[in-house]
Amino acid sequence: MYSYSEFDAAFVAERNRQFRAQVERRIDGSLTEDEFKPLRLMNGLYLQLHAYMLRVAIPYGTLDSRKMRQLALLAEKWDKGYGHFTTRQNIQYNWPELRDVPDMLDALAEVDMHAIQTSGNTIRNVTADHFAGAAADEIADPRPVAELLRQWSTDHPEFQFLPRKFKIAVTGSPNDRAVIKAHDIGLQIVERDGEIGYKVIVGGGLGRTPMIGKVISEFVSQDDLLPYVEAIVSVWNLLGRRDNKYKSRIKITVHEHGIEDIRARVEERFKVIRPTFSGIDVQLFEDIKAAFAPPSFRDESAAIYETAYKTDPIFRSWADVNLAQHRAPGYAIVQISLKAHGETPGDATAEQMRVMADLAEKYGNDELRISHEQNVILPHVHKSDLPAIHAELKKHGLATANIGLISDIIACPGMDYCALATARSIPIAQEIATRFDELKLEHEIGELKIKISGCINACGHHHVGHIGILGLDRAGVENYQITLGGDHTETAAVGDRTGPGFSADEIIPAIERIVDAYLELRTSAEEPFIDTYRRVGMAPFKAALYEQAEAYAAE
Amino acid sequence: MARAFTPKVVTANALIEGDVVYQTADDRWTRDLSEAELIEEEGLANLRLAQAEGQPELVVGAYLADAAPSEDGPQPTHFREEFRRTGPSNYFHGKQAELN
Repeated sequence: MYSYSEFDAAFVAERNRQFRAQVERRIDGSLTEDEFKPLRLMNGLYLQLHAYMLRVAIPYGTLDSRKMRQLALLAEKWDKGYGHFTTRQNIQYNWPELRDVPDMLDALAEVDMHAIQTSGNTIRNVTADHFAGAAADEIADPRPVAELLRQWSTDHPEFQFLPRKFKIAVTGSPNDRAVIKAHDIGLQIVERDGEIGYKVIVGGGLGRTPMIGKVISEFVSQDDLLPYVEAIVSVWNLLGRRDNKYKSRIKITVHEHGIEDIRARVEERFKVIRPTFSGIDVQLFEDIKAAFAPPSFRDESAAIYETAYKTDPIFRSWADVNLAQHRAPGYAIVQISLKAHGETPGDATAEQMRVMADLAEKYGNDELRISHEQNVILPHVHKSDLPAIHAELKKHGLATANIGLISDIIACPGMDYCALATARSIPIAQEIATRFDELKLEHEIGELKIKISGCINACGHHHVGHIGILGLDRAGVENYQITLGGDHTETAAVGDRTGPGFSADEIIPAIERIVDAYLELRTSAEEPFIDTYRRVGMAPFKAALYEQAEAYAAE
Repeated sequence: MARAFTPKVVTANALIEGDVVYQTADDRWTRDLSEAELIEEEGLANLRLAQAEGQPELVVGAYLADAAPSEDGPQPTHFREEFRRTGPSNYFHGKQAELN
């Protein structure tokens, strides 16, 4: 785990001091809202439907118990006892009062955290694979480079007034769990002739105009990475459309100019920039890497785990679904679901945060991760500790065995909180989860990713959901459009729209018809939804969605 | 053809708490939509909005929201305003908890 250097700590303290003074000046009337708004956004403070919202960065989704307990403290002291983990590895507090926010930021600084650049037209929180450092399929831990990028991008003087926001994600594995192809820049750690480097993807993004990122370079060496990334942002900073915010993201720039043109421009710019990087960044990277050294793994019997697995069906069901393969023998990656049926996806109470912090400290090398899928991960757990962990999770509503299943839904806050939303997302997620839990079908259905956004901006990643749901306002009524066949992984794809949308009352039965059709169409229980969709295409699902509904209506 | 004017209330968020607030006929800010002033004339609506915007020390983001008359005062005509006056649907938080 990286700890703030003196420089980091002083920088954050100074920013917090400045913001405290800005809040005071806003309250005493010396600053107008127009003057204050960009200042508060630079520090992650939004004004939403019912209240202010503070968005706190969790760089590359990594926390330790001390940080998690502090997040719990914020929830309890200045909010309503909970926090909401987002699809970009941030946590949002929905109810702070303006005058308390400087104290919240100071409390975050005590544990090396901040809310800087979680909003505005800057480089946002750098995200990473939530299995970083633990995954069996990993070439290298993506967190050191994510931390290097965090330091480079924070308050970077050239990149404080970009054409629009800019998001970077990193994966260290060929299996992409960080959605790198839907980011402005996606980095994939690769190995070539024994040398570790980066495949660089550019121009991905969701929102109004979804695009899958394109490869701009197959291999950039570690020494060249920072100047190369800087060259990309620099080229876009000049070319990016500032006349139309719907055309300002780099995905549009790449689309309009073509990837070859952008690549040529980046290479030209890189030649100019490269000599200005003296190698300090490479040295710094080595220091950062040392901070992320893997823990020492225990070599002991996992017999307790085997016994619990054989004798306790509830534990077995949880272990089958919520564990992932660890790179060390005898170890597992534990995924704690924040998607209990009927609850709000991604929400955790202060008490739950403390329970997870305690478990991480006691059993998990003091490490926690937040996934873009809005769950919490204990990355390093010896299998012999799993029964005890499961028992503790169960007591606190954290043992739902549904990772990757139909109720493990990504949902943005939607119109229950967000000022931009056009419809609600959370109640739709709650109803789908509750319905399929009642049907007892979710394990039978198997892997199926539903992702819901409450507006076209697509924070809920609906374009890349196997089933995507987009909530819109159609003539003053909530209406939900469905897409099928989206994919957020290394085989990323944007889903296809099924046709006309459904009302809030109709959307749950519509999802049921899609799932019923899949269960009919699949070759066997081994064929997941996305494979069936790719094999049979849209037509049978469309028929199930619309023709059946017409038949019912005619009855 | 210009759209016919429909009745409005002036709404905003309170500067300190962020709460949804509405302008009353006697120039107060209330958290209860039923106490808001329902404005039936376009020129007056624009004037009242301008007056609200002149109070940056109290409120943020003032705008005109559609509302309909009722025995219990103005009522929202769009679901967004219904959520704003009530609070989120996933928890009993916000106005639904605080006003009753």
